[in-house]
Amino acid sequence: MYNSSITFRASIDACSLVLCFFCLSAAHASAPEIEMGISEYSKTDQEHASKIISKKSKEESVSTTDHSKLEALKGPFFSGPEVTKVCLECHNTAGHQFMKNKHWTWDYKHPKTGQHLGKSVLINNFCTNARGNEGMCAQCHAGYNMTDSNFDFTNQENMDCLICHESTGTYYKTPTTAGNEACSIMFAGKPAIEWEKIAQSVQMPSRNNCGKCHFYGGGGDNVKHGDLSSVLFDPPKEVDVHMSEQGEGFTCVTCHVGEAHEWAGSRYEMTVNDTVGIGKPGMPRETASCESCHSASPHPTDSVTGIKLNSHTSKVACETCHIPEIARGGVATEVDWDWRTMGKLKNGEGFKLKEYTQGDGHHRATYKSIKGNFTYAENLQPMYAWFDGTMNYTTIKTQFDPSKGPIDINSFSGSAADPGSRIYPFKKMHTTQPYDKGNNTLVYMSLWGNDDSALWGNYDFGKAIAAGMKRNGIPYSGDWGYVETLSYWPVNHMVAPKEGAMECSQCHTKDGRLSHLDDGSIYLPGTQNNKMLNIIGLLAIFGTLAGVLGHGALRVVATRMRKK
Amino acid sequence: MSVNVIKLVVFKRFERVWHWSQMALIFTLLFSGSAVYGVNSLMGFADAVALHTWAAIILIVLWLFATFWLLTTGQWKHYMPTTKHFFEVARYYAYGIFKGEHHPYKKTFGRKHNPLQAMTYLLVKTIIFPAIWLSGIPYLLISFGMGGFLNDFGVGNIALIHTAAAIAVVVFVIAHVYLLTTGHSFVEHVKPMITGYDDVELTDEELAYIKADEPNLLKDN
Repeated sequence: MYNSSITFRASIDACSLVLCFFCLSAAHASAPEIEMGISEYSKTDQEHASKIISKKSKEESVSTTDHSKLEALKGPFFSGPEVTKVCLECHNTAGHQFMKNKHWTWDYKHPKTGQHLGKSVLINNFCTNARGNEGMCAQCHAGYNMTDSNFDFTNQENMDCLICHESTGTYYKTPTTAGNEACSIMFAGKPAIEWEKIAQSVQMPSRNNCGKCHFYGGGGDNVKHGDLSSVLFDPPKEVDVHMSEQGEGFTCVTCHVGEAHEWAGSRYEMTVNDTVGIGKPGMPRETASCESCHSASPHPTDSVTGIKLNSHTSKVACETCHIPEIARGGVATEVDWDWRTMGKLKNGEGFKLKEYTQGDGHHRATYKSIKGNFTYAENLQPMYAWFDGTMNYTTIKTQFDPSKGPIDINSFSGSAADPGSRIYPFKKMHTTQPYDKGNNTLVYMSLWGNDDSALWGNYDFGKAIAAGMKRNGIPYSGDWGYVETLSYWPVNHMVAPKEGAMECSQCHTKDGRLSHLDDGSIYLPGTQNNKMLNIIGLLAIFGTLAGVLGHGALRVVATRMRKK
Repeated sequence: MSVNVIKLVVFKRFERVWHWSQMALIFTLLFSGSAVYGVNSLMGFADAVALHTWAAIILIVLWLFATFWLLTTGQWKHYMPTTKHFFEVARYYAYGIFKGEHHPYKKTFGRKHNPLQAMTYLLVKTIIFPAIWLSGIPYLLISFGMGGFLNDFGVGNIALIHTAAAIAVVVFVIAHVYLLTTGHSFVEHVKPMITGYDDVELTDEELAYIKADEPNLLKDN
């Protein structure tokens, strides 16, 4: 369910009716809502999609080609690869270009750390691993027929052009393999794909294309990032000044620019200190940083405040002040996931318990039989730390010491002394998840499959881990336990309008947001941080006051005594 | 040689304007500065920073004028340290004041401050205020993005010096105001700084010179 977004209808009509009943009556209800079954996404992106299509931003549809007029796209088509084949006839370098793209390769070699990363190998602390569960997770692979880890990455015809370029909002993908029979009801009742209509609708990617996967990362709306949610399909200005129609009306690719099917922006290696900044007119902006449009001196210099704010940019990332809270606009993010409670059933059937009502009135599952317990947060204050842009990952190969507290799934470097580092906001995710107790490593689990090992349907960690490790040739001690993990998600989206930026005093005060970084490595005014100076100052001032008052009192006493 | 006590302009118009505008600026700076430091929450941080910066810039300009004035008019001589009457004045504050004695010092044409007072002002002018602007100007430069060369010294150290100097200013202000209550009376001390006139002991020669060459210094000329 990694980054998945597809529509899953509730199994039977009666169930949908029950859902609707709760939607209507329970915007503020606190009674726990129980939904039988283990289907995901009964609330889908489809309705959001139609909303956005109707108010297409003017940045889209500026192509010199009207694809609906092309003979070659008249079809008929019966599958995705047939459409791709036609696309590549004209766009004959697109396949070669896209073959290097992470959305296709799910593979990334970090240029600084040398680590082998990417969705095809990484383990996170949400659904854990996509590897071995491609049957489900590859719904968000920009390709067709990735059923397992042996996908043919050289076959261009398996590229999915439509998932990024179609603009009808009716395109969808289903899991590439069936999965356990308990899950199969999730695909029932979907309308047939109108391949010709969808193929003719292609254009530059809209937020709907990107959002269908990226807003649902981690297994649901805003679960993973906190700053990427379905709210961004049509955000109010106070949530996102760039993407709001009342603001700039940007799509994702307005900032994530690029060419040749490679575009700016990566959280594996981030640009936290854009030394290039704004280019001259016509120059490509090849980073998705704030500075690439706003420069490193973005505040107006006609006031002391503006000048002073500009002097912050060498230490503080723009995001730190301008994204004061994450998970804004009514959609919550997950902050804690406890896998230990996975597998509770009602009458032998999996279920969901929806005890969290988020800002927009929707109920979110606080328990799922297939996943365990969740804790949500909205309007959450980020965590702040020095960050130089480089992420280090705990991979399947990394051995750790579980007695040393929570394991960092990803850790990052950066310090006050490093001129390339900035104080950066993060969403911190805490999870309790299975690990290999004998080898002290993370584990690959078999989550999805039509066999007796797949966790989703069999609810047995031991079998799921053994099968997941064996399938990928990873040594497994046979003994598993639970380990606490943390992951850190850099916050970049949901930039508030300037009125919504942080106030100076949220950091420049005693016990402010950055007080944990006020360790002598930086000077942070307003914190009264120099205790020695405070004591000397108090002694000097009150000592002088006492001195003059004492002197004055003596004079009064002496005068009275003389008069007697 | 007889002694004449004459009402005379001791604080020129510029000096009075300087003194009172400096006072207003110092109080503004102490108020806004303590808000920046975090010990008063009566004004917002951003407003405090802006007010502090503007008041500081005005005070720097004022100091430039005052320094020029002191050097070109010869008024700097009033602040030169002297031992003459020093111990009498010190003894007065420590002992004589309680016995009801009169202040032993009288203003003269060349010394409008008593020796303790002159030494204090000299210390303020040569140590406390320079510490303020030797730290405050670098701090401003850093704020204006021109302080890269100060990175090794560190803005924290700059701020430390600045805050310590500000504490010294507070101590000076307390003592300064208190000392106005000694001697004749509070009003007697403050009035000359408003009107400019005070009683000055003049020798015959000084009086003759003033009458001849600077009659506008005399109140009843």
